[in-house]
Amino acid sequence: MTLLDVTELRLSFGGLLAVDGLSLSVREGEIVSLIGPNGAGKTSVFNCVTGFYRPTAGRITLRGRDLRGLRPSAVAGLGVARTFQNLRLFGELSVLDNVRAGTHLWLRQSVLDALLHTPRYRRSEHECTEQAHHWLDFVGLRGDRYGPARALPYGEQRRAEIARALARRPGLLLLDEPAAGLNHGEKAGMVDLIRRIRDLGVAIMLIEHDMGLVMEVSERVVVLNFGREIAEGRPEEVRRDPAVIEAYLGGEPDA
Amino acid sequence: MKGPGAGPASPEPGPASPEPGPASPEPGPASPEPGAARPGADPGSPGPDRADAPKVRLRGTRRPPTRTSRLLQNRWAGAAGLLVALLAPFVNATPYALSIMTSAAIFVMLAAGLNIVVGYCGLLDLGYAAFLAVGAYTSGVLATRFDLPLLATVPAVLVVTVLAGIVIGAPTLRLRSDYLAIVTLGFGEIIRITANNLDVTGGPSGIYGIPHLADGPVAFYYLTVAVVSLAVLGAARLGRSRLGRAWRFVREDEDAAEATGVNTYRVKLAAYIAGAIWGGLAGVLFAAHLSAVSPASFTFLQSALVLMAVVLGGMGSVPGVVLGAIVISLLPEVLRDLADYRFFLFGVLLIGFMLLRPQGLWPARSKEALRSEEALR
Repeated sequence: MTLLDVTELRLSFGGLLAVDGLSLSVREGEIVSLIGPNGAGKTSVFNCVTGFYRPTAGRITLRGRDLRGLRPSAVAGLGVARTFQNLRLFGELSVLDNVRAGTHLWLRQSVLDALLHTPRYRRSEHECTEQAHHWLDFVGLRGDRYGPARALPYGEQRRAEIARALARRPGLLLLDEPAAGLNHGEKAGMVDLIRRIRDLGVAIMLIEHDMGLVMEVSERVVVLNFGREIAEGRPEEVRRDPAVIEAYLGGEPDA
Repeated sequence: MKGPGAGPASPEPGPASPEPGPASPEPGPASPEPGAARPGADPGSPGPDRADAPKVRLRGTRRPPTRTSRLLQNRWAGAAGLLVALLAPFVNATPYALSIMTSAAIFVMLAAGLNIVVGYCGLLDLGYAAFLAVGAYTSGVLATRFDLPLLATVPAVLVVTVLAGIVIGAPTLRLRSDYLAIVTLGFGEIIRITANNLDVTGGPSGIYGIPHLADGPVAFYYLTVAVVSLAVLGAARLGRSRLGRAWRFVREDEDAAEATGVNTYRVKLAAYIAGAIWGGLAGVLFAAHLSAVSPASFTFLQSALVLMAVVLGGMGSVPGVVLGAIVISLLPEVLRDLADYRFFLFGVLLIGFMLLRPQGLWPARSKEALRSEEALR
């Protein structure tokens, strides 16, 4: 069943067309990779889907619901979670608090509960912390959870950010270059993590430059260049596609 | 709590919350040997120990307190502060001392309110005295015009300050921080100049003959301490709630907060309204304390002093801003013997404080204690 449906998406900044008539879809529980050279418009697609950019034209629907014009927080409320290309953890806050942020959407607690410390406040705070620990366990974070997030090693910060996204209990997770800056061993761990997230029933859309990781983990690959789709299919098909090779290696147009 | 304010003439009224700060590390039974817990949990140590690190939860790991401030940072510090405030009149109950202590307590409430806006949420408000003015004038005008007891004006004060918060916040909170600072600065001046020119507010001479809230200065002092303690406790509890976390997320990174599902606009408005309520209620106490209100009390300097208390104490830290407010309000009194030089020295001391402790006297920690597990016991 189709989860996310993007039709004829167009995004322009002044005269620059960042996304030029892109259509794609993601089915429930599927891993789709979005690849392409730098500046191809991959992150712009993410920003349109998550509500950070307002598309110039086109339709974006999640389970049939139109996402256009919604605030990012409202899109998140419909079950879309994301990570950022350059980590956006709350650096001064504890790692646990960072993941607690993910629970914000579903935690039931009123201001009055907080002021009076009602049983509901205690229950919800406890649940919130339990969930934060649960997702930190899930991503396999080994660092200090009580210390500030900025003190974590880089690879751990990537995991913490994914834990924060998962604590939102999303149906669709957008990962923007999750393996960037990771060493070889950490990349293998990331492949494993992405698969385990998919096994939870969460669909994943992935932007990644590491082709090894993309080929290993994706069920489908969409290749962008200049904001347009130039190829789409299973990893092994895409890898052999002449248009893709040309886009990456910069072959002559009429060679 | 032996601040520079502990001069001979003025014991410190320190109405602090019984549960200050976001944490209360009680040395619990489950703490393992602090030394043994270190290497695996040290966030600074890169790679090497990770491969052989067993896959254990580190949630039970307690680390030893590293600073004396951590020993202070529990609910006992709040109780001690409250005790000092309660005992202060037994040390010195001259009308002058009581008046100073009452003013200091009201100032603590203002600082706690501004801390919600500036400290928790990171919104720079340069016109916070406006909310104090709105509260003081609303209750003063209603009480004198309609012969109401001050207590009866509180609901009206709440409504008016919340409205003021929305009127100012709703259009301006879409702005980024520096623009917001300018707008709030303007708002503070507008309120003061309006009060200066309206008939209903008594023009430049203001309104006087505002009824008292309690019989005698001692009773009023204790009433103030009670209200301010509740306000401080309330601010601390808000800071540890779902909303309080959302404020910090907004302060740290608005986009990331929005992506996690926090409606940043609504959350910022909530901070602004909470700040307005705290300021407005402090205004009622202010009007009752002085029994007169005039525009001269709500200058930019007043806003700046409250902001100074928040920054000096430690932004986002409830015990910090309480301490900061006490220092800011009592220091000029302690220095009174120096006559004309006292504000000069006041300024020098503040600069010295900020140079030596830029993070504040009692900063908020980013290190978290194991409180959540304890909260259930």
